Amino acid sequence: MGASMGKNAQATALTRRSTLKAGGALVISVGMPIGADAVLNIRTAFAQGTKPPLAPDQLASYIAINGDGSVSAFLGKTDMGQGLFVAIGQMVAEELDVPFHSVAVMMGDTATSVNQGGASGSTGIWMGGRQMRMAAAEARRVLVEMASAKLGISIEALTVTDGVVHARSDAAKKVSYAELIGGRYFNVQLAWNGKLDNALYAPGKAQPKDPKEHKIVGQPIARADIAPKVFAQQDFCTDIKVPGMVHGRVIRPPIAGAVPVKVDESSIAGIPGARVFWDRGFLGVVAENEWYAVRAAQQLKVEWSQTRPPFPDAGALYEHIRKAPVRKRELGKESGNVEEAFKSAARVIEAEYEWPFQSHASMGPACALVEIKNGQATVWTGSQKPHFTREGVAAMIGVPGENVHAIWVPGPGSYGRNDAGDAAIDAAVLAKAVGRPVRLQYTREQATGWDPKGPASIHRARAAIDNAGNVVAFDFVSKGFSRLDVFSREGRPEDTLAGQLTGAALRSGDAFRLPEQSYDFANKRLAWETIPPLLDRASPLRTSHLRDPAGPQVHFASESFMDELAAALQTDPVEFRLRFVRDPRDIAVIKAAADKAQWQSRPSPRRDQTGNAVSGRGIAYAQRGSTRCAVVAEVEVDRSSGKIWGRRFTVAHDCGQIINPDGLRHTIEGNIVQGLSRALWEEVKFDPENVTSIDWMTYPILDITDAPEAIDIVLINRPEIAPSGAGEPSTRPVAAAVANAIFDATGVRIRRVPFTPDRVRAALS
Amino acid sequence: MTQINLDVNGKIHEIDVDPDMPLLYALRNELGLNNPHFGCGLAQCGACTVHIDGQATRSCITAVSAVGNGKVVTLAGLGTPEKPHPVQTAFVEEQVPQCGYCLNGWIMTAAALLDQKKKPTDSEIRDGLSGVKCRCGTHMGILRAVKRAAEMMG
Repeated sequence: MGASMGKNAQATALTRRSTLKAGGALVISVGMPIGADAVLNIRTAFAQGTKPPLAPDQLASYIAINGDGSVSAFLGKTDMGQGLFVAIGQMVAEELDVPFHSVAVMMGDTATSVNQGGASGSTGIWMGGRQMRMAAAEARRVLVEMASAKLGISIEALTVTDGVVHARSDAAKKVSYAELIGGRYFNVQLAWNGKLDNALYAPGKAQPKDPKEHKIVGQPIARADIAPKVFAQQDFCTDIKVPGMVHGRVIRPPIAGAVPVKVDESSIAGIPGARVFWDRGFLGVVAENEWYAVRAAQQLKVEWSQTRPPFPDAGALYEHIRKAPVRKRELGKESGNVEEAFKSAARVIEAEYEWPFQSHASMGPACALVEIKNGQATVWTGSQKPHFTREGVAAMIGVPGENVHAIWVPGPGSYGRNDAGDAAIDAAVLAKAVGRPVRLQYTREQATGWDPKGPASIHRARAAIDNAGNVVAFDFVSKGFSRLDVFSREGRPEDTLAGQLTGAALRSGDAFRLPEQSYDFANKRLAWETIPPLLDRASPLRTSHLRDPAGPQVHFASESFMDELAAALQTDPVEFRLRFVRDPRDIAVIKAAADKAQWQSRPSPRRDQTGNAVSGRGIAYAQRGSTRCAVVAEVEVDRSSGKIWGRRFTVAHDCGQIINPDGLRHTIEGNIVQGLSRALWEEVKFDPENVTSIDWMTYPILDITDAPEAIDIVLINRPEIAPSGAGEPSTRPVAAAVANAIFDATGVRIRRVPFTPDRVRAALS
Repeated sequence: MTQINLDVNGKIHEIDVDPDMPLLYALRNELGLNNPHFGCGLAQCGACTVHIDGQATRSCITAVSAVGNGKVVTLAGLGTPEKPHPVQTAFVEEQVPQCGYCLNGWIMTAAALLDQKKKPTDSEIRDGLSGVKCRCGTHMGILRAVKRAAEMMG
């Protein structure tokens, strides 16, 4: 059994013997120092037959040894396709000293895992792995202690090889994990920090291994879930069916904010079995057959309330942001005295940057299946955070949380709080209303048009330069829609469309982000400001977390501006950055990317090109938590069409200890391409009535014809530093690196994302 | 409702459905072939691609009644772990997908492309796959895998 997805291995692999029948099972060596009573005590203290309740402070909640000696690891996080479960399997196998292939990682099932926050903020390995590593280390410690008692050999004289504890001096003196506890559960208390979600931490007494001893961690182990997908053997959440199920669809208003005032059920009377459910703003249909549900949703005649179109003209978006009242201002730590420094500046350089709303636009519209029986609900969902889906469904249908079982099944792509959370709650509302299990899938229009969006923003930067050409002050402020109109999880009705459509008022939170870089300017101020949402309920422009929330926005601006300063001072962009960067790991990624890209030192722009096709290179870097990433982009610009081709990217990446270099490379490649797509193409369009980006024509993403020629990746491994996240950080510098390369090629600075052909052509003419 | 015979993966299936229903729903719901996926319903993404008489076809906009005697092949009929199509082998070896929802579209489109075009150049591969969507950004892996498959197919 390999480390595999949740559905491939079940917790029931554990045999549930009642209680330990210790007497007959024990073999006590002659002359062993520990009496039989002590042996029994250790065994009964550490193992039990029935599974203890799922609790964060129980080792059994994370690790179990099955009857055959294989290991089940229960992870309260989920893998969005970056191979998290492989890395977790490696960390668990490493600490337990078992072969990698004997570990099965089960993810995101509320019946088998505690709430570790789901997929969230690149914390899969960073926080999820930290906990699983500590749990596995504790399991090994306990097993060795049990073996010591059983073999009558001191702990220090024992070691473990492939799940067998044996004497260092004599491998024949041995006992396997399976013999010690196989099929029973650990009865071991952990020192839980009292927190759930990402911050959950519950170590035991064991210390994890010294990284120098690692044999499995650091290996490029392949994902076992790819072949089943390639051979049509693995289900997605869109494929789950249960007996008695009906198909559901929901209907969204033509003008955002409108609610149904009249629903003509007779308009779908000709569709067999089609039924309507209408509750205040919530409107859905169900039918026995999926095609009938599709048709019913299309045909249903609805009269909507007269609503004032809620949005500004799309062309006035950034003007709206500029003028909007500031709801919250957050100031980072200010160094020096920025205002004073500007007063004495010989020269002030200023620029403003703009970033649009962007959509998750997941590959397929979200889908969920909800079955409610006798007050107990089961939810199959692609949501990244099934433990919160459980809470949201419970609140929405009015049952206690423990009555809801949420099962994560891989969905059609997820990069944060996308439409999956809303789909699960919508399906629950319909299932409760019609008394049948409901499978609901959104339409493409709903997936792109109605998912929570990444926020639009503007960013103002200015720098003071003294007579000698030194940067003496740096002032940077972002102003935009909060990145959390709805929370990044669907645990409360007010954070879901169904909740807002049936009376829960939006509680828009205030969050944005400061630049994360180690530039050391004598006088430096970083700040952000949030503005109110455009519509206070069920808005298709409500915001929530989209991969690296607000990170690409902020660093597009801050790293474009660094480039503008370098150009104004006629300095090479890499040298300029290195003058001010202080963190040694930051310096290392910048140098590594530049070296690998064979960066030629010279100021931008290059001025040696004539003709229509020109090329250029640009660099950008950022931290994200403890991770650092530098990206060099080499682009080609077609001056007459305005089309940009990101030909080559060179990435240097340091996320501390690398658990699986292949998984990390694939993750970075995906981030670069998705980041390039967001930089070149992606913008949610809207008119005063509604979002008009509703499919792949109106919300284009990077086509394969525009994929880079190469992405070169330099992985900097730091085994002595705990692994930090990689799921998002390399998305962060991409847009700035591309903008800086366009400037290098053309001498024209593009300060608004996306860099579409029209916009670039206009800027060049 | 109309009785329709569908030739799918070498077997004839008799189904009783709305003739206007897209083939995608027949495959997924009547025949239980889950691999063609619903991505857009607009023929814009490729997730629903099947082969009809060897041509890559978007099943989400193909009425089930329009298939006629066409021989439909889905991903499940393209190859098996025991007898894989070279494109499938290459996608596993290159560890292509992230979420994997788009895989069906790429593999079915690439298989039809390589059937018609031996030893394609890089730009022929790109052009031949143009329009198929991957949202996770696995484009580089897709290109590596299709090149690898093209080499395997000689």
